[in-house]
Amino acid sequence: MSTLLEVSGVTVSFDGFRAINNLTFAIGPAELRAIIGPNGAGKSTFMDIVTGKTRPDSGSVSFGEKPVSLLRMSEAQIARAGVGRKFQRPTVFEDQTVSENLTLALKAGRSPWAVLGWSKTGVDDERILALAVQVGLGDSLGRKAGILSHGQKQWLEIAMLLAQEPRLLLVDEPAAGMTLAEREKTTELLVEIAKTRAVVVVEHDMEFVRRLDCRVTVLHEGAVLAEGSLDHVTKNQAVIDVYLGRG
Amino acid sequence: MRAILQPRHRSALVFLAGLALFTLCVTVAAHFGLVSTSFVKTLGKTLCLCLAALAMDLIWGYAGILSLGHMAFFALGGYMIGMWLMYARTEEIVIASLLNGGLPATPEEISQGIATQIFGVVGASDLPAIWGFAHSLPLQLTLVVALPGLLALVFGWLAFRSRVTGVYLSILTQAMTLALALYLFQNDSGLRGNNGLSGLQNLPGVTAGQDTVSVWFFWASALALALAYVALHSIVSGKFGSVIRAIRDDEARVRFLGYSVESYKLFAFTLTAVICALAGALYYPQAGIVNPAELAPIASIYLAVWAAIGGRGRLYGAVIGAAVVSLLSSWFTGGRVPSIPLGFATINWVDWWQVLLGLTFVLVTLFAPKGIGGLFDRLAGVHAPDRKGAPLGPDDGSLQEKEAQE
Amino acid sequence: MRFLSLIAAALCWLAAVPAIGQTAGEIVAQNRDQIARPSRQTIGPVIAALAASGDPMADDILSAWADKRLVIRKSDDVLLLSAPEGDDLALTALDGTAAGNTAPSEVTALRPNAGVRGLIATALVQFTLSDPDPAKRRAALASIAQDPKAEALEPLRAAIDGEDDPALKAQKQRLERLLTLRFDPDSAARVAAISSFGSDLGLDLRGALNPMVATSRIASATPPDANVARELRPGRDLTEAEAYDLLVDANLAPARLTLEVQRAALLANLKDGAVGGVPVAELNTQAARDRAYTALEASGVVPVAATDDEAAAALATARFYEVYAEPDRAVTDAAKAALGRIGTTVGAMQTADLALDGLSLASIYFLAAIGLAITFGVMGVINMAHGEFITIGAYTGYVVQLYIPNYTASILIALPLAFVITFAAGVALERLVIRHLYKRPLETLLATFGVSIALQQALKNIFGTQARPLTSPAWLDGAWVLNAVVSISYIRIAIFVLALAFLGFFLWLMKRTRLGLEVRAVTQNPGMAASMGINPDRINVLTFGIGSGIAGIAGVAIGLFAKVTSELGTDYIVQSFMTVVVGGVGSIWGTLAGATMIGGLQKVIEFFNPSNTLAAQTYMILFIILFIQFRPRGIIALRGRAAGD
Repeated sequence: MSTLLEVSGVTVSFDGFRAINNLTFAIGPAELRAIIGPNGAGKSTFMDIVTGKTRPDSGSVSFGEKPVSLLRMSEAQIARAGVGRKFQRPTVFEDQTVSENLTLALKAGRSPWAVLGWSKTGVDDERILALAVQVGLGDSLGRKAGILSHGQKQWLEIAMLLAQEPRLLLVDEPAAGMTLAEREKTTELLVEIAKTRAVVVVEHDMEFVRRLDCRVTVLHEGAVLAEGSLDHVTKNQAVIDVYLGRG
Repeated sequence: MRAILQPRHRSALVFLAGLALFTLCVTVAAHFGLVSTSFVKTLGKTLCLCLAALAMDLIWGYAGILSLGHMAFFALGGYMIGMWLMYARTEEIVIASLLNGGLPATPEEISQGIATQIFGVVGASDLPAIWGFAHSLPLQLTLVVALPGLLALVFGWLAFRSRVTGVYLSILTQAMTLALALYLFQNDSGLRGNNGLSGLQNLPGVTAGQDTVSVWFFWASALALALAYVALHSIVSGKFGSVIRAIRDDEARVRFLGYSVESYKLFAFTLTAVICALAGALYYPQAGIVNPAELAPIASIYLAVWAAIGGRGRLYGAVIGAAVVSLLSSWFTGGRVPSIPLGFATINWVDWWQVLLGLTFVLVTLFAPKGIGGLFDRLAGVHAPDRKGAPLGPDDGSLQEKEAQE
Repeated sequence: MRFLSLIAAALCWLAAVPAIGQTAGEIVAQNRDQIARPSRQTIGPVIAALAASGDPMADDILSAWADKRLVIRKSDDVLLLSAPEGDDLALTALDGTAAGNTAPSEVTALRPNAGVRGLIATALVQFTLSDPDPAKRRAALASIAQDPKAEALEPLRAAIDGEDDPALKAQKQRLERLLTLRFDPDSAARVAAISSFGSDLGLDLRGALNPMVATSRIASATPPDANVARELRPGRDLTEAEAYDLLVDANLAPARLTLEVQRAALLANLKDGAVGGVPVAELNTQAARDRAYTALEASGVVPVAATDDEAAAALATARFYEVYAEPDRAVTDAAKAALGRIGTTVGAMQTADLALDGLSLASIYFLAAIGLAITFGVMGVINMAHGEFITIGAYTGYVVQLYIPNYTASILIALPLAFVITFAAGVALERLVIRHLYKRPLETLLATFGVSIALQQALKNIFGTQARPLTSPAWLDGAWVLNAVVSISYIRIAIFVLALAFLGFFLWLMKRTRLGLEVRAVTQNPGMAASMGINPDRINVLTFGIGSGIAGIAGVAIGLFAKVTSELGTDYIVQSFMTVVVGGVGSIWGTLAGATMIGGLQKVIEFFNPSNTLAAQTYMILFIILFIQFRPRGIIALRGRAAGD
């Protein structure tokens, strides 16, 4: 199986503390993967590295069929290359309408000149409406994002990610703060998305991970501790010791 | 036609209509001698300041970059046009005086005469290299745009590239204008040190009196303001405006959407610098003199004060703020406001106006962060989103819930 | 010229020798006519003889003569010394005996001209140099040192052996060597004197050596009979225009036409609308004017002026030299070598001096910025009114001095008082304005700026625009002088000590006290700190108050050496911001590093461009903008995840 993202031998330390220690990780072009691990295992730092926010001390990160290194690219370039990221807390532009938020995310030229010359076409309107409907915000297009509920903001952000049409989606605790119904809907959506692109979900909630029904990578102290199906890793003694064992 | 009548363009249309009406009134009044030439100049200068405030609003109100150095570009624009005005004017005088001497002037004599005339005050008699384009209006007009634009581009590139933000950036821009001012204060800067460039109100080759010229400049200032307003309105009401507002509120998130935040900031910074330079190029021929004191950090801070009092994040707010505060300021400092006797002391407004302005400014920041423009919102029934105590944005960005509520 | 006067002095001396043994009175009597009507050219030997007589009265006679107190009594035509006594004159005979009083109208005073008085003064030197009063000897030495003359050399040499004060003796010996190296007729003695100084740093030595190696430029068709420093080549060592001017000076070429002269010549020969056959209307190019002038030259009505070709030819015929004013090659070589040695030492000393200057400026910036750094670090608030707090501190010092005339006491009172006043102002500002603006740093910046303009104008209205005096106590006047190059004023040392004290105080406050612990907690995580029972409000008020209070103290310190005006603080505020930004936020050591860097850098740039402090500040700000490129978070920055984006 070909790989879309390949992280190998990455190490990063902050003031002597090794947040990521010789981490190696790979994911295919249409795969759903869950990453679990105790607090401080390096999950967020891992995402920071892939999205370019943090530069590793050593190791390589390559992306795409013709692998290009992400280490030399800025956050914006990485995003344009097709890596989308969803933060733990919903981050939408609260002062702008749902429609404006989606317009911002819509796949189009990103340079200032392209944006200056850009004008909305009928196709764009349809796409925005379709995305909004998909996440249940069809009748909120004209409202400011700031007045949406927490869950609605999560949905809006997911819709924005979809509008970006990324090839790899990094999702940080998507289910946090959602109702049960919303979680189910989120699960369905993630599974659906993963049919056409790679999705990495960082999650604490075991129940949620189980419902995703995918390969699981366990991180501990900045390195991969175990990998496989959820049942497989939960039987792993090391995993039980460091993570599950803590109850 | 339908497109420009959309509600989002309403404020721009109202503004343009108001500006046109105002221009018409002033023109008629000036024609019948109802207002003095100096008052027409004051109004023309005010329009230029409004134009600079407009630029300030784009960079601060929309892009969230509090630049404390934009008046440097304003003054540089003035210097660039001033070089041509002074050169061409001196050339006329020198040629005339040489002709009186009995022999027609040679090019060498003319350039020597110009250099001595212009640089005698700083004890030099050679034209510095930077005056190389001063003989040509088109070249010098190009410089009005190119020099401040280039300075903004280089400075902005250095600053934004290293991700200097917030107060750091403000301080850095302040340092920039201070450094420029100190440089220009030197006699060997090639721009006449603290004498600056003077006599700019005399247009070379124009025989019309100042009463006519002042109206021309008033029209030009009004036209520039109108054009810039239309251009900036179309920028901020489109996707570009959406992007820069998003940068203001959460720049990291915009990066993860694939936008190169630095390019947008640089674009906005340079664009506003050029607008300020154009405003300065129209302002200083009306003021008659430009000197390094115009680049003092305080001038740029006033620009921010105007934008803040007028109301940030709405273009007409900045214009109103600049007009109201600068007109009030010249009214108070003009000594025409009656003093207030308090018994033990007398409030002489020439002295105490700045104190009043400072305190007003504090009060506006505290209690009316949306400024005068906020009143219009209230009239129009626009309200800030009520989020019922929902969590704030993910970062301590400049848009906080508290601000949104106020 | 100097050589001639040297010979003259030597001759005087020789002529005077036979006079030894005579009393002053006898010498005066012998030369009565000359003394009554002295001329500068001939009186020399007489004065020398008097000076060399060894008679103690010679001193008095010469002094009186120079002071126009040597008189001729009209009644008997006798020369006497006079001194005013009431309305009368007290008279003394030339052998020192009193000769009664008389009215001024009874005598005729001798009035030697300035030239003669100069000669007398020189001759008097040897008396004052051996005067029993050490203060007079010192004064005489100082006057010679200030205006060294060849004539002083011999009397000085004569006065060395008899000197019993070791310090004065050393001074005399040093001065003797300084005079020797300039005026001794013997080249070897001069070279020896120069070498004897080694790399001495004295300004007097450099003052003596520099004129020796001073050069002038000459043009000459033949190798000149002078001490040539080097040959110059037009186009390389000097411009062709300069070379041609030298030719003109040396009368080797006619002066070139300036445009004005040419213009005047053409105008003077304007006939029938044409000059030299060229119509006036065509004279608007330089080429046409040259043609007209050449035509005039040909007809002989104007002087011949060199054309470009002629000028080039003239340049080719002559050679150009840089020559020393000092004719003796061995002396100039020795002087150059000595100056070279001195230069190296001076360089080292200047570096030390520069370091001291930088350190003292750094202390000032540290004092001005530390308050700002603390409020910025702890509260994320930039207080634009900080500069006005500095001003308030300075004015506090001024007002205290109005009431307490004792400068020491007033400063000791002003320091704490300034702290109290600005502390209160800071607390008021925090409570009334800043508290409402947390989380909106840019607006705090603007609001405090509003306070700043209001305060500044209010201060201007109260205290006026002219500078107010804030005088330092007498014991802070003067400077600690290490040698001729390295010195530092006591005020700056005091400020350095004050800065050190505050550094120590803050380190103690932050690291060793409960308050410091709480402040650090609030800095790092206000929410967490609040939940631990720390009241962030109280911490913020205290920090802001202390930060502002220090601004007041800095104001008193700055006011001691700067002009106290309402704009005092403004002059330091941008530098203070720079210090904070460059140093890194939230660290006392960062502020120290920032202050050191900015202060040191400013002094270094000023050193390279001493005439232009404006340019120095420009370059420094440019440097800071570039520096921020490499360390956006300052010298000492928080690292790791905590720093965030």
